[in-house]
Amino acid sequence: MAEHYKPQKYKAWELTLEERFQEYFPPLGEREAVTEANRCLYCYDAPCMVACPTHIDIPTFIKKIATGNVKGSARTILEANLLGATCSRVCPVEELCEGACVLNHDHPPIMIGRLQRYAMDYAADRKIKFFEPGKRNGLKVAVVGTGPAGLSCAGELAKLGFDVTCLEKKPLAGGLDTYGIVVFREPVEVSLSEVKMIEQLGVTVKTNVTVGKDVSFDELVKQYDAVFVSVGMGNVPALEIPGEELEGVVDGLDFIEETKIMKLDSIEFGNRVCVIGAGNTAIDCVTIARRLGAERVMIVYRRSEAEMPCYHFEYEFALKEGVSFMFLTQPIEVVGKDGKVEGLRCIRMDLGGPDASGRRVPIPVPNSEFVLPCDMVVTAIGQKKRIDILEKLTAFGVKNSKGYIVVDPETNRTEHPKIFAGGDCVRSKGEASTVMAVQDGKIAAKAIFNQLVGSTTVQQAATRK
Amino acid sequence: MANLEIDFCGIKSPNPFWLASAPPSNSGYQVQKAFEQGWGGAVWKTIGAPVLNVCNRYGTIDYKGSKIIGLNNVKLISDRSVETNLKEIKEVKKNFPNHAVIVSVMVESSKEAWQDIVKRVEDTGADGFELNFGCPHGMSERGMGSAMGQVPEYTCMVTEWVMDVATRPVIVKLTPNITDIVQPARAAVKGRASAISLINTINSIMGVDLDTFRIVPDVGGKGGHGGYAGPAVKPIALHLLSAVASDPEIQKAKLPISGIGGVETWRDCVEFMLLGATSVQVCTAVMHWGFRIVEDMIDGMSNWMDEKGFKSCDEFIGKSVNRISSFGDFDLGFQTVARIDHSKCIQCNLCYIACNDAAHQCIDLKDLKLSDQTNERLWPVVREEDCVGCDLCSKVCPVDDCISMVEIETGRPHITWNELVAKKPEVLEWDKMEEYRQGANIHIH
Ligand SMILES: Cc1cc2nc3c(=O)[nH]c(=O)nc-3n(C[C@H](O)[C@H](O)[C@H](O)COP(=O)(O)OP(=O)(O)OC[C@H]3O[C@@H](n4cnc5c(N)ncnc54)[C@H](O)[C@@H]3O)c2cc1C
Ligand SMILES: Cc1cc2nc3c(=O)[nH]c(=O)nc-3n(C[C@H](O)[C@H](O)[C@H](O)COP(=O)(O)O)c2cc1C
Ligand code: SF4
Repeated sequence: MAEHYKPQKYKAWELTLEERFQEYFPPLGEREAVTEANRCLYCYDAPCMVACPTHIDIPTFIKKIATGNVKGSARTILEANLLGATCSRVCPVEELCEGACVLNHDHPPIMIGRLQRYAMDYAADRKIKFFEPGKRNGLKVAVVGTGPAGLSCAGELAKLGFDVTCLEKKPLAGGLDTYGIVVFREPVEVSLSEVKMIEQLGVTVKTNVTVGKDVSFDELVKQYDAVFVSVGMGNVPALEIPGEELEGVVDGLDFIEETKIMKLDSIEFGNRVCVIGAGNTAIDCVTIARRLGAERVMIVYRRSEAEMPCYHFEYEFALKEGVSFMFLTQPIEVVGKDGKVEGLRCIRMDLGGPDASGRRVPIPVPNSEFVLPCDMVVTAIGQKKRIDILEKLTAFGVKNSKGYIVVDPETNRTEHPKIFAGGDCVRSKGEASTVMAVQDGKIAAKAIFNQLVGSTTVQQAATRK
Repeated sequence: MANLEIDFCGIKSPNPFWLASAPPSNSGYQVQKAFEQGWGGAVWKTIGAPVLNVCNRYGTIDYKGSKIIGLNNVKLISDRSVETNLKEIKEVKKNFPNHAVIVSVMVESSKEAWQDIVKRVEDTGADGFELNFGCPHGMSERGMGSAMGQVPEYTCMVTEWVMDVATRPVIVKLTPNITDIVQPARAAVKGRASAISLINTINSIMGVDLDTFRIVPDVGGKGGHGGYAGPAVKPIALHLLSAVASDPEIQKAKLPISGIGGVETWRDCVEFMLLGATSVQVCTAVMHWGFRIVEDMIDGMSNWMDEKGFKSCDEFIGKSVNRISSFGDFDLGFQTVARIDHSKCIQCNLCYIACNDAAHQCIDLKDLKLSDQTNERLWPVVREEDCVGCDLCSKVCPVDDCISMVEIETGRPHITWNELVAKKPEVLEWDKMEEYRQGANIHIH
């Protein structure tokens, strides 16, 4: 029987726990994909390509879907972005490629992300291998951290013939793609299969190795011809309000991690959940709490709707999921009984004049305190800077600014000639994203190649299969 | 509502929309259903010689998500007996006396056979005949169909046999698989035909399966040419129609023409009629969508006529025929250039690459600073002095009315090619041609 197109219908109460954590967007069927691909104008000098941080040749990969050359389509994507499968799922396409689509003038834009996923799924289902390790050039590179920046750098270097070793603190590689992106956006398997693809290029991935503890930067710099630092950011910083130590106050990133690697029915969650913060991570926390089964979930945010840092589509998604938003509400204390959370004391805020960033400053409204009854508080107010790493790198002359490693944007090289860095740990400006981390890895790989092998001999070392 | 009635050499029809002789007009059930839904007439599926059909009769071309922009078939004429067909024709005519019921016939090439079938059809009360000289497959190998239509002498001869006994109008249906369609059309006139219809299907092979290496359509591992029809053939049909409609001999004989080939909407119908068709016939579109498409044909054409102030079809049938000319009589001084409306432009830059790679390299990508965006993309801009007015850019532009071809006057002499070579035969040499261009202000870079 034909595979019938299933329009998206999400009624939480009709679904099992497992079903609620399936990928949010169903895969496109063949006909759907081809029809959508044919809608693409095949622009010359296409703006979507420019808007993609990794500059995937989007019109070409879409055209190939239209002609039935889906394998070729997948190659086009991966040639520009080894993590095309993750990116097709997690990229904020509204802000990137799809936002730049010329059709936006008077049509919905092409569903670039979902078409990309279609091509990536096609290749994954058929276990197609696209690249071979390059001819060995005898040079060794260490990659610290295996998030998208590290994997991308490692893969590109392996294609160019380098001997690459990745060192990863966690038991699984993949960085936030494995541990931080909610499963209904990207299943863990997708991230892990990308790790496997990088390993098949000859990259050695050593997990459970913390650089700075199990092995020092000094050793790396001595033993390797270059070091790429892609350690990402830290956990959620403290709220610095009383009651933070109570049982039931959870770090948002830890909460998300549990849904990635634990059995869903073994995860503890509250019935009334307050999530503090209104960035994309906060939205992820509040929606997984909801999907786990929490009855009442709310975002507590001290500014208003207009200042929320999350993407608009994330906000809309949360509203659809039944999340309530407490705007202009500042938490001032977690209240509890017998060591357990019972509520969140808040104070109402008003907006005053703009601050340095141009956002209006919230000002407490006198005598407006109240307690929100809840049994779980999830913190999602950003990520800690990697001061530990920055301090260690300073010894090599590596500079940092406001908690981020300083690199030359053309090469992603630090002040030290052997040390390169990329990903969230250098992203001092703008919204950090997976695809930007991938591009950093690419830039660094190219720069390492140019520096150590020489740009004049740039040959496409990756042999075609 | 405008009056859509037509009079086609004495055959009255409530509107110009007829089913072409094909599967949709295969039986009494179908034709009656079509009439109930609004079709003005039907040319019954060709009856005549006994046949046997094969399986997998169709091949199609789908284009970018649109199904059946072209349809190929290796079907034969009716595979039901003449007896059965005649009985049903009689009944339909009795039930629908005011609709046009025309019977398509094809028999072996003998006078007796043709005259016999004509007499039998006349007994049904049908309004007229269509002689199928067009089927390009199956029947032609047996000396019928296009084997007749491709030889003007045969066309004339069989038409005469039929005219000798027919008391009702006779339409000769022409095949497009011929070098000059005017020749068989004139032969039909010579044979005293009452009307002409065209086109029948075009010889074609639809494709090859990349996995099985089989031909499409595949008949048990083999394939061969079949007849091509549907939206893709419309331009060919319009050309052949216009060739016949503008031929002085046909014009003198005043034969009405029934236009066929790729008609799907009322717009197509109007175009055929503007080029001289009195009625139009439809097959593939009905095979694709069913009889119900006629509702919009009636409604759309009638609204169009109201808008244009036409009270009846006669007022616009053939209205564009006098514009059919040929290259030698075109005005060489008529000049246009492409102009891009940047308020509509979406910067897909397809015009740029088309002009650059396939025309005359006269669209530049420029920084126009039309918005306050910091890294604004480049805009396509035509260098009008170099534009040759080929019209390619406006054809590739996906936005309506964004690129228009604007008529300009640069002092080029308004002269036709025929006039030019009569006056200055020396331009047939390149150096003289260059000289002439200099003087005429024609610069091709
Ligand atoms: C909850 C959440 C949701 C997100 N959702 C999206 C999204 O939908 N779309 C999107 O584009 N982006 C999203 N992002 C951002 C995106 O995940 C990051 O920008 C991206 O992962 C950064 O990649 P990276 O390689 O720099 O760092 P990471 O992915 O953080 O990887 C760093 C790796 O380094 C390892 N490491 C750290 N220190 C050491 C050490 N000393 N020794 C060895 N290994 C070490 C870590 O264990 C980790 O594996 C999200 C981020 C978060 C927190
Ligand atoms: C399946 C099929 C069978 C046809 N059979 C006949 C036929 O028996 N007699 C005939 O004169 N034309 C026949 N034709 C040709 C059609 O009458 C018509 O001339 C042609 O299809 C072009 O019109 P269209 O583009 O509307 O289909 C047939 C066409 C098709 C597709
Ligand atoms: S009309 Fe032809 S030559 Fe002129 S700009 Fe357009 S494509 Fe180029």
